[in-house]
Amino acid sequence: MIPQTLFDKIWDSHVVKSIEGGPDVLYIDQHFIHEVTSPQAFDGLRARGIPVFRPAMTLATADHNIPTKDQNLPIKEELSRTQVEKLAENCREFGIEVFGLNHPKNGIVHVIGPELGYTQPGMTIVCGDSHTSTHGAFGAVAFGIGTSEVEMVLATQCILQPKPKKMRISVNGTLQKGVTAKDIILYIISKISGGGATGYFVEYAGSAIESLSMEGRMTICNMSIEMGARGGLIAPDDTAYEYLTKIPSISNRPDFYSLLKKWHGFRTDPGAHFDRELDFDAARIKPMITYGTNPGMGMAIDDTIPSIDSIASEASASFLKSLDYMGFTPGMKLAGHPVDYVFLGSCTNGRIEDIRAFTHFVKGRKKAREITALIVPGSKKVEQQAINEGLDKILKEAGFELRQPGCSSCLAMNEDKIPAGKYAVSTSNRNFEGRQGPGSRTLLASPLTAAAAAITGRITDPRDMLQD
Amino acid sequence: MAKEKFDILESTCIPLPLENVDTDQIIPARFLSLTTREGFGEYLFRDWRFDKSGNKSGGFVLNDEKYKGRILVAGKNFGCGSSREHAVWAITDYGFKAVVSSFFADIFKNNSLNNGLLPVVVSDEFLKNLLDQIQKDPETKVIIDLKQQLLKVSSGESTGFEINQYKKECLMKGLDDIDYLLNITDMIKAYEFRKTLGK
Repeated sequence: MIPQTLFDKIWDSHVVKSIEGGPDVLYIDQHFIHEVTSPQAFDGLRARGIPVFRPAMTLATADHNIPTKDQNLPIKEELSRTQVEKLAENCREFGIEVFGLNHPKNGIVHVIGPELGYTQPGMTIVCGDSHTSTHGAFGAVAFGIGTSEVEMVLATQCILQPKPKKMRISVNGTLQKGVTAKDIILYIISKISGGGATGYFVEYAGSAIESLSMEGRMTICNMSIEMGARGGLIAPDDTAYEYLTKIPSISNRPDFYSLLKKWHGFRTDPGAHFDRELDFDAARIKPMITYGTNPGMGMAIDDTIPSIDSIASEASASFLKSLDYMGFTPGMKLAGHPVDYVFLGSCTNGRIEDIRAFTHFVKGRKKAREITALIVPGSKKVEQQAINEGLDKILKEAGFELRQPGCSSCLAMNEDKIPAGKYAVSTSNRNFEGRQGPGSRTLLASPLTAAAAAITGRITDPRDMLQD
Repeated sequence: MAKEKFDILESTCIPLPLENVDTDQIIPARFLSLTTREGFGEYLFRDWRFDKSGNKSGGFVLNDEKYKGRILVAGKNFGCGSSREHAVWAITDYGFKAVVSSFFADIFKNNSLNNGLLPVVVSDEFLKNLLDQIQKDPETKVIIDLKQQLLKVSSGESTGFEINQYKKECLMKGLDDIDYLLNITDMIKAYEFRKTLGK
């Protein structure tokens, strides 16, 4: 038997048909949809006069366009309101379960899938959103698709997809205190660039990866797309089984034990071949911050922005344009630079552990007066848990407000926009020009780095301010 | 449902010599709220085409009258970022039928092929020469022959390009992926049955 990677095992066992000279027909176990990338897909089904093939394998949520305050009131912005209403109508018409605005299970699609037990090891999972790779943390083959492909999956529960190449990224060693999963992935992307994994599906391995909690693993897999990877996964282990077992909809299943047994088989065989392998030392990773307008333009928080001489000539025009947009210069130090906004949230870092970390950091301290902070839980479940743990009170003491769930400032489709020219330290996943609002300047970082900036009003190394 | 067939495209080009142009630039998030496929061309490169007051930005190539065409020639890693297919709809609605670059992000490439926008991958060197040629002479014509997988420039250079054979056939015949899949529903159901048997 030829040793196989976990990715191969999952992909190959889901191929319905391999087209000669073309893609594979891949069966999809779980399809997530949201209000932005689904309306045209449903219109397509209606135009063809066909139903959704497997409604029970489809789950919908409203997350991108919803407000994060006063969710009980009608959505003010007309186009946003229309999109959210359209999703509810479409789901009603086609018989799809939807956790809409104000539903107790509502939240960001890549937060609710895992926490509610929809995401499981060995599955193929798709969604019309590029951060679908998040679900890979459970040992699933999960990736983002376009609206035409959403229509395809709704119509046939299958997708046409060429099989990507395989890459393994190993991170070994022990992380320093104050360094988190977010810093690991920002570090990796800064080393291999925004297109460095294009054409590959990544498996993350190594002792540092194994030491992460499920939420930390989700943060890692979430940003696989930012290095151009089709997706990223981590083999399930005891950490994963423990997390999954705590979810009633999984542990109450009559076939729970045979499911657990099946999951134990989802590992990469020793000696399996990867098309490319990379190794990183966890101990060298420091808290990261991005300085440019793509996630690959990141550096250690105490480092300086690269000088123009260190940039290849073909890339120098984009490099300078990027720095100009950010109001930075080559060779500049970022530590100590004033900041205007702090955003804690998104499918990258909007879970309970992220809120706990932020809250613990700011406990007994006060938000800097010049900072506007948006603290956005990833789901109603996360929000409720934060309240149950009294985190909202600690945050309030420190001058912060826990908002309601949604994608919020990550892409600012709702009113949570960062104004032009303002600097935002953000725990989200993209720092493209105007991503958080036209003219806004995003600095991607971990929840700890965001907390440090929120207290000092400047880019600050969280390691200097850790408290027990 | 049948789409327009892609055969031979002959056109002048619009040069965009910037690398890593991401989908947030191609179509900013605030325009994703439309619920139909039409009308996105108006928002293509919105924040580069128009300034904050809504006036045309002088420096941006789409506002430069000397460049016209249905072929966009762009720097490496065009279309990186989000999976939003709206980026492709904006490009095709604006009038483009092909994009030439030395590197496309996977999701963008797939979305293009699914919407009749042909992504043509050429070498870094060919791309640089082509961009230089177009900027030197905006009347430069490019012929893209999908069947031969050949791109010819009126100034004499030419190059072959790779394309997935299945996608090529779909583009040439104006065929739709979903029609293909709907025709093999029995095979999909057979797969589901095998799975429940714990195959």
